[in-house]
Amino acid sequence: MKSPAIEIRQLVKSYQRGGESVPVLRHLDLDIAAGDFVALMGPSGSGKSTLLNLIAGIDKPDSGKLLVSGVDIAQLSEHALAHWRAQNVGFIFQFYNLMPVLTAFENVELPLLLTPLSASERREHVLTALQMVGLQDRMRHYPGELSGGQQQRVAIARAIITDPRIVVADEPTGDLDRSAADDILHLLTRLNKELGKTIVMVTHDPHAASFASHIQQLEKGLLVHAIPTH
Amino acid sequence: MAIPFSYTLRNLLARSVTTLLTAGGMGLVVFVFATVLMLEEGLKQTLVQTGSMDNVVAIRRAAQTEVQSAIDRTQAAIIENQPEIALDRSGQLLVSKETVVLINLKKRDSLAPANVMIRGVAPVGVVGLRPQVHIVEGRAFKPGSAEIITGRSVADRFQGAALGQRLRFAGREWTVVGVFESDKSGFESEVWGDAEQLMQSFRRPVYSSMVFKLRSESDFAILKARIESDPRLSVELKPEGLYYEDQSRLLANFIKYLGLTLSVIFSLGAVIGATITMYASVASRTAEIGTLRALGFTRSNVLWAFLFEALLLGGAGGLLGLGLASFMQFFTISTMNWQSFSELAFRFILTPSIGLKSMGFALIMGAVGGFLPSLRAARMNIVTALRSA
Repeated sequence: MKSPAIEIRQLVKSYQRGGESVPVLRHLDLDIAAGDFVALMGPSGSGKSTLLNLIAGIDKPDSGKLLVSGVDIAQLSEHALAHWRAQNVGFIFQFYNLMPVLTAFENVELPLLLTPLSASERREHVLTALQMVGLQDRMRHYPGELSGGQQQRVAIARAIITDPRIVVADEPTGDLDRSAADDILHLLTRLNKELGKTIVMVTHDPHAASFASHIQQLEKGLLVHAIPTH
Repeated sequence: MAIPFSYTLRNLLARSVTTLLTAGGMGLVVFVFATVLMLEEGLKQTLVQTGSMDNVVAIRRAAQTEVQSAIDRTQAAIIENQPEIALDRSGQLLVSKETVVLINLKKRDSLAPANVMIRGVAPVGVVGLRPQVHIVEGRAFKPGSAEIITGRSVADRFQGAALGQRLRFAGREWTVVGVFESDKSGFESEVWGDAEQLMQSFRRPVYSSMVFKLRSESDFAILKARIESDPRLSVELKPEGLYYEDQSRLLANFIKYLGLTLSVIFSLGAVIGATITMYASVASRTAEIGTLRALGFTRSNVLWAFLFEALLLGGAGGLLGLGLASFMQFFTISTMNWQSFSELAFRFILTPSIGLKSMGFALIMGAVGGFLPSLRAARMNIVTALRSA
């Protein structure tokens, strides 16, 4: 049994809507082992994106424990949480979320600007990451000059550039055709297998979920069952 | 600031039309601001350069200007016999007993009448006391004749004032035998002739003022104390430079305060323009802000990035305004000096200090306009911001 990278106990999260509190996650328990590749699935409103946001430290729970690599991130201040995210989490979004005015190289370099690395060290890291996603020859291109699949690969390079322990991906293939989606999913599998990254991916697509090692099914804010895919 | 400069700059360039219009609005305000300060500076320099700090002006006590002053011949004789007054190489006293009268001349282009100052001077008063004065066309007037010389600005702008032409005033005709320049000072807006001839023609028995040079500048305090306490004299002594500085104060302050008030009012419009532009910029980049925050950039990183963008906008406006204002240096304008009631021509002068003040003003407009939108960007909830993608 691998040690858990993420330990969630009795996690509760609700949103205020029209003056009423709408529960999204209801006393949820979940362990994700280090080096695991987990797909979170479920119908719209089941709480999977909220759970992903909480794991990534961009949202805070109402109550419960949320230990990521042994740190209870629910207890961190806003500022500390920002530093924690910069060091520990890589983000992959459905619509890539690249900065349109920055080149592929500059987009990948962005998270490294929060580190004490020198410009030449940053350049070395960026080139390695772009090489890994097969886009070294497109590093001077702006996002608008790249296809959707290429943009997502730039986003993946950005997600791993700081060598985070966890990569969170919110519908990473939701905006791509099947071929480009498969490329991305193979790339995520490589990150998981070769670099040992713990990946948590939200998806509606069973085909995408089949690339994960586990599928966690959510309904109405609770885990209904876990399905091993392999 | 962790968010790179290139991100901020390229975002401004990406919205080039909006950026140009906003910076243009700020540029126009900076243009007004800088022009007013250049006008004030031009006026000050013109009048301050007119006087020399080692010359002394004597005018009647309580008279603000030479036009209001009167010094009779007895008083003039007492003053010119003071031992502190310097002599030139030929042993002649460096004293000019002067008379100042305003006459009405027509402008060459518009034919509009304007007051011009006629200054009767002693021959030594032309170059002996005022080395900055150079006859650039013709020659100096001959004492005892109906000859005059005109300042460059009068010669260029008034009918009958050019070399060889004639002016009619004080019941006789005066021939312009020379045109002089004096480092763009106020003297260039005057007409000079022989003091005794002018006093006879204007039927004035008294001088308006006296100008003299001291053997040593350190004698000024002793001489001032003696002259001003002499019961036979009711005159006041001032260094010539200080006298002209006082002359510039009223008009310069009026221009400055009116201009600055207008600039501040206009700047409200420019600040609102910058605020709208920055709010639009924040709104169109909500998802980018969410992404930056998710990647680990802090609220203050985001605040500074947007504030810096607003400062760049202000800086661009500042450079634009200063660039436009710098062309004003090629223009000379004239207005009535309220203290002497005479027409005074002066230039717009751009100094490094005005450049810095204008840029400071532009940056303040940018910062004020950009503050609230930057704060909004910094306060955004990450999840909400990311949902707008």
